[in-house]
Amino acid sequence: MNAIRTLLARPWIWSFIGALIVWLAAITFTGGYGAGGMITAALSLAVFMVIVGIGQMFVITLGPGNVDLSLPANIGLASAVAMKVMDGSNSMIAVGLIAALASGMAVGAANYLLIRVLRIPPIIATLSSSFIVLSIDIAYGRGLQIKPPPAFADFTNIQILGIPILAIGGVIFAFLAGIALQRMIYGRSVLAIGQNMRAAWLAGIPVERIRFLTYTLSGALGGINGALLAGYFRGASVDIGNEYLLSSIAVVVIGGTSVAGGKANVPGIWGASLFLVLLLTMLNTFGVSAGVRLLLTGLIIVGVITAAGGQPAQR
Amino acid sequence: MRLDGVERHFGAVRALDGVDLTVDSRSCVGLVGHNGAGKSTLMHILAGSGRADRGRITIGGHEETAYSVARAQKLGIRCVFQELSLCPNLTVAENARITHASLKGIGWRKHSAALIRAKLDEIFPGHGIDPSDVVGDLAIGQRQMVEVARAFTVTEDPLHLVILDEPTSSLDAHTAGQLLAFVRRAVDQGISSILISHMLGEILSTCDRVVVMRDGKVVATDTASAFDRDRLVATMGGARQRDKTEAAARTRGETALMVRARPRGQTAGAELVAHQGEIIGLAGLAGHGQTRLLLDVYGAAMQGRPGIEVSAPVALVAGDRQTDGIFPLWSIAQNIGIRSLAGLRRGLLLSPEREEALARSWQEKIGIRTPDLDNNILSLSGGNQQKVLFARALGSDARIVLMDDPMRGVDIGTKLEVYDLIREEARKGRTFLWYTTEMDELENCDHVYVFRNGRIVADLAQSELTEEKVIQSSFEESGGPATLRGHAS
Repeated sequence: MNAIRTLLARPWIWSFIGALIVWLAAITFTGGYGAGGMITAALSLAVFMVIVGIGQMFVITLGPGNVDLSLPANIGLASAVAMKVMDGSNSMIAVGLIAALASGMAVGAANYLLIRVLRIPPIIATLSSSFIVLSIDIAYGRGLQIKPPPAFADFTNIQILGIPILAIGGVIFAFLAGIALQRMIYGRSVLAIGQNMRAAWLAGIPVERIRFLTYTLSGALGGINGALLAGYFRGASVDIGNEYLLSSIAVVVIGGTSVAGGKANVPGIWGASLFLVLLLTMLNTFGVSAGVRLLLTGLIIVGVITAAGGQPAQR
Repeated sequence: MRLDGVERHFGAVRALDGVDLTVDSRSCVGLVGHNGAGKSTLMHILAGSGRADRGRITIGGHEETAYSVARAQKLGIRCVFQELSLCPNLTVAENARITHASLKGIGWRKHSAALIRAKLDEIFPGHGIDPSDVVGDLAIGQRQMVEVARAFTVTEDPLHLVILDEPTSSLDAHTAGQLLAFVRRAVDQGISSILISHMLGEILSTCDRVVVMRDGKVVATDTASAFDRDRLVATMGGARQRDKTEAAARTRGETALMVRARPRGQTAGAELVAHQGEIIGLAGLAGHGQTRLLLDVYGAAMQGRPGIEVSAPVALVAGDRQTDGIFPLWSIAQNIGIRSLAGLRRGLLLSPEREEALARSWQEKIGIRTPDLDNNILSLSGGNQQKVLFARALGSDARIVLMDDPMRGVDIGTKLEVYDLIREEARKGRTFLWYTTEMDELENCDHVYVFRNGRIVADLAQSELTEEKVIQSSFEESGGPATLRGHAS
């Protein structure tokens, strides 16, 4: 009983409960048919949201105004870079992954430089850099339709007992991110900066170094995500990352991270990602049209944030 | 105009503690006292912009029960506050109109301009201000002139009393002289005034009577001719017995040099020097460059800065704990540990046990009153939150501790405990730079630097430290050179 009560006190539990409810609604509709397959598919898709969501979480936790809007363009460019470097050859997979990672880190570092050197608010800086990155991507990947190396495509689709290998990796990664957030100097510093940047500086925290690391981390995760998406969907494209603009922010907020900064939650990102993916699956099984699906998704996100994710104002 | 037994509290702080004040018609009253003595609070109550918690206000023989800014205006009481109150985006004429509702209809701008121009010409001949100038483009001294002139303009409401709160602090000697001469002329024409100033010479030469305030009380009232500069200074500071047993005379420079810094405004001459184990006081009136210097030293320790030598790790105890100190979402233990993260690691990870142990040891040493160190920091009272900030700095590896007037709003019991702790830490070899506006705290220091206008103006060893000397050097010398005085205050 007590265990349940402490579990319910965790802010992230609600996103898992939401995911569970949506899944139950969907399989009730299908009469239990495809219940397992639905989870496998949800895990495969949710892991991509988790990867960028964790990067976005660290950025948002830096405090009001901090957000990375360049993720979609970043993902698109990294997917093209990865595919071009791999060039369909199994021996180049590692090099391609490193190239995608470097591309993402470069975008993240550029974001930080815009924010720091030109003193542009992060929301404008990352938005404008996303236009630049998008243009580079269009020029660089023009007419490009390179398939991923077979081994890489196969790898992104491996399942162990019905659980995608990427999802297992995603869980391990989220666990490590949780450790970094709560038990490492880096995470503590991010949380401190998010609560009060001036006090953090006066408490001896290298504020600018931490902000640089955080934007670069977010960029790097976007880059990796781009490469994995290209493998999973068997090819790069400019708009492959489009849906991650909104969903990366939505999973952070639904997962219980404070938009005012200073308070973050890693497990909630997994719950929220599963919730969002299963929500779409449910609406698909109900057979509603695309327009209604988008409308309902929007309304449900608003509802969830108001009901569970919305924190009372901190200041 | 008469005030009887006025009291005003801000939380536990008694800003005004039973003040009686009388201003006769056709007189100029000078009001002096050091920072935080309650002068500005008292004037806000007179002007109607602040309320008294207790006490009576009597004006022209009638007791005022529902006193307000509008009522004060009707009764002919005007105020020129320290913080300039002009709208920077409007012109001089438009600003003048704000206090004169009767200027309306077509051509109000012209009437307003004529009104303010005439008054400026009367008070400050050769002022060089055009009524169509936008206030934001004027120099600080010119803005002050407009503010003063506006207070003396008359349309439909009468004018009996003008309160001038440090009106000369941003004027140069010439215009200050013009203003003071005008105040005397106005008194002859039946307009009384209250003049608040740190320039004691002005008070003595301009006012009929002088009222001295200290710690929220009026401590002396007498005709101006009964005071001279030394008596004023002595009355403001109070000749209290001081206990010098603690500060054994020490020769400076026997221990290693920890900090050498020169304020930004100072190109040559005095510089601040701190050796290992010393407690160095930064004195003077509030906002005269002490905090700036502490932040510069802190910045130099973090990043390096030319012209400032810092030879050991530094920690800072914030005075403004809300904006500079606490992390409101965290527990007490986390708030203490944040400055010592590197030392709390075990391997790559932070150890909750070590954090807990650090917090617990400092809870005992400094007496943080809480049942549980995992409680949120905001569950503590203000004084205990301040203790957390001390614990954060003293529990860290810092060998130099900067303190930015850290005792604001802290009760006397806590203060005495912390003084003892600071002296003990200094004996163990820590160095303290301590900005404070309280004389009692300076007495804990081995060496005191007095600041004025961003510069070090006096350099006092413990043996030569007296309250009179500190106050004397904090204030402008009367009859000093005619230089531009002060910044915006």
